Amino acid sequence: MRTIRVVIAKPGLDGHDRGAKVIARALRDAGMEVIYTGLRQTPEMIVAAALQEDADVIGLSILSGAHMHICPKVMALLTEKGLGHVKVLVGGIIPDVDREKLHAMGVTGIFLPGSPMQSIVDFIREQVPSRAEVI
Amino acid sequence: MKPAAAVTRTETAKAKWEREVLDPVLKRSPERLGAFTTISGRPIDRLYTSDDLQDFDAERDGTAPGVFPYTRGIHPTGYRGKLWTMRQFAGFGTPEETNERYQQLLSAGGTGLSVAFDLPTLMGRDPDHPLSLGEVGKCGVSITSLADMERLFKGISLADITTSMTINSPAPMLFAMYLVVAEQQGADWKTLSGTIQNDILKEFIAQKEYIFPPRPSMRLITDIFQFCAKDVPRWNTISVSGYHIREAGSTAVQELAFTLRDGIEYVQWGIDAGLDVDEFVPRMSFFFNAHSDFFEEIAKYRAARKIWARVMRDRFGAKDERSLKLRFHTQTAGVSLTAQQPYNNVVRTALQALAAVLGGTNSLHTNSLDEALSLPTAAAATLALRTQQVIAAESGVTNVVDPLGGSYFVERLTLDMEEGAYKYFDAIDRMGGMVAAVEAGFPQREIAEASYRFQQAVESKEKTIVGVNAYVDPNEAAIPILYIDDQASDRQLARLEELRRTRDQARVSETLAALKTAALGTDNTMYPLLDCVRAYATVGEMCDALREVWGEYEEVPSI
Repeated sequence: MRTIRVVIAKPGLDGHDRGAKVIARALRDAGMEVIYTGLRQTPEMIVAAALQEDADVIGLSILSGAHMHICPKVMALLTEKGLGHVKVLVGGIIPDVDREKLHAMGVTGIFLPGSPMQSIVDFIREQVPSRAEVI
Repeated sequence: MKPAAAVTRTETAKAKWEREVLDPVLKRSPERLGAFTTISGRPIDRLYTSDDLQDFDAERDGTAPGVFPYTRGIHPTGYRGKLWTMRQFAGFGTPEETNERYQQLLSAGGTGLSVAFDLPTLMGRDPDHPLSLGEVGKCGVSITSLADMERLFKGISLADITTSMTINSPAPMLFAMYLVVAEQQGADWKTLSGTIQNDILKEFIAQKEYIFPPRPSMRLITDIFQFCAKDVPRWNTISVSGYHIREAGSTAVQELAFTLRDGIEYVQWGIDAGLDVDEFVPRMSFFFNAHSDFFEEIAKYRAARKIWARVMRDRFGAKDERSLKLRFHTQTAGVSLTAQQPYNNVVRTALQALAAVLGGTNSLHTNSLDEALSLPTAAAATLALRTQQVIAAESGVTNVVDPLGGSYFVERLTLDMEEGAYKYFDAIDRMGGMVAAVEAGFPQREIAEASYRFQQAVESKEKTIVGVNAYVDPNEAAIPILYIDDQASDRQLARLEELRRTRDQARVSETLAALKTAALGTDNTMYPLLDCVRAYATVGEMCDALREVWGEYEEVPSI
């Protein structure tokens, strides 16, 4: 019985971390345990962090258009490491045409610019109910 | 300061109005909000009168354009002489695709080019580096070597246009490529004009596209100052940028203060490197955001000119008038664009652009309506340019210099902005300057706090964003967007492989070794870089050579 654990990561070369940091803080203020990886993380580094931190959720912040390369790698690595239960959320600039493809590869939630922080908090609590009840 | 004694002796006109007219009305019908604030959270009074400008000093604060301290503009004729440069930032995919967009922008009446590079180029990585995965050609054009720069400007005479290049850590490498293309075209470096952003401090502070640690990064910049003073005298060597600081979530006054303090830091480093202040400061320029709070933005630009003029004269003893005149580019606020109801973004951008013009910007980029969703389509980019043209040709605001000068409100805000900036200057000076402040994480923390405060204000609906937390439309139709596929990436990878196979490898190795020698010592790095470029060394190879000498900067992640 413990709080929800979330790894917030910035994959790729992009350094625009305003969204990642604001979300990390909002989730922390909502009572979750948040691990922010910092910038320029490879899929391998992100999955290793999720494993080490026993994360329930990985939040990927991607604004650069590289999501269709990064997400499949993260999903495959999660399966490979036996972390299929970890929910993956993507926030950033995601064109409509990619949304279905991301869902099909197992991404649980996609949040575009302008998404209220509360909607992300609620979504995570819904997705990880067994631990949310503890809060 | 208001003389307290006078206030007690005679009631001011404003106080009298408040007592006789306002108070009875407020008792009958209270105002909509308990407190009215700007988007930066600054409280705003309901009315400004001459009583609010008791500390305004005409000589000190400026009443005419074209004279010190240039609050009202650097040109006596404002936009009656020359309009601002309409400079639309563009770049995506391969150099050929971007070249096509440039040709289109120039034929649509654009008056300058502005290059957006992709992330691998911005981070000094070649397309085949593991971290470049999925990023090649995505949010800008991929430029790997001189061969790509040749393709980017094919059919465009560099002697006849001005080009702005948004490049920071690898600015010396990309600038060297531009110069070699100019050389190939037979253009004289002495008359070549344009701008490189080359502002590393705001990368550490806000945008995080840094490679090397702060001190060697600063040395690359002073190398460019020295090189240009001698070899490319009309080139703008730096565009000290508040844009990204604001996009990262700062307030207007933080944008103003950190940007100008960055400017001061560069001037100090230039002087410490042995340059005379008037030798390089005239070629420094600035770059500000145009956010949504109309009057606060206008006051910001006016204050910026005034502060810079005074600091250059009094702190650095600049004598050349050009050192005192702050010239700046403006871009409307990307962060204000919403993915929801994207056509609303046209209106936001128009208002922001108008603020920039009323603040006397020297050049302007207007964002496209679809940029919260993707890079702009050609149609959206054209509409963004048309927005500027409508302001310039139809609104009438260009007929008069600084039309808001003398407004009680705008002058009060301008004074307040100035005061706020000097407070930050004092704090940063006490820390030992901006490099030291950045190393201590000071501006980064200030911005993160402001950014979180704003987000909370949006969540609580204290601040309204149309289409996002009010007037939401659940049945929005999708708009056409530009989709960048992987063809550009595949093509750039194939080209890189071919380049490595066909170029004179021995010459590449020799020139890279000479670059390292310069970096280890004190010789100007621009000359060996030009040789690397002529040998078709790649951006990644040149940056790697310097990484070996200086190491890489790593930020300690914190939230």
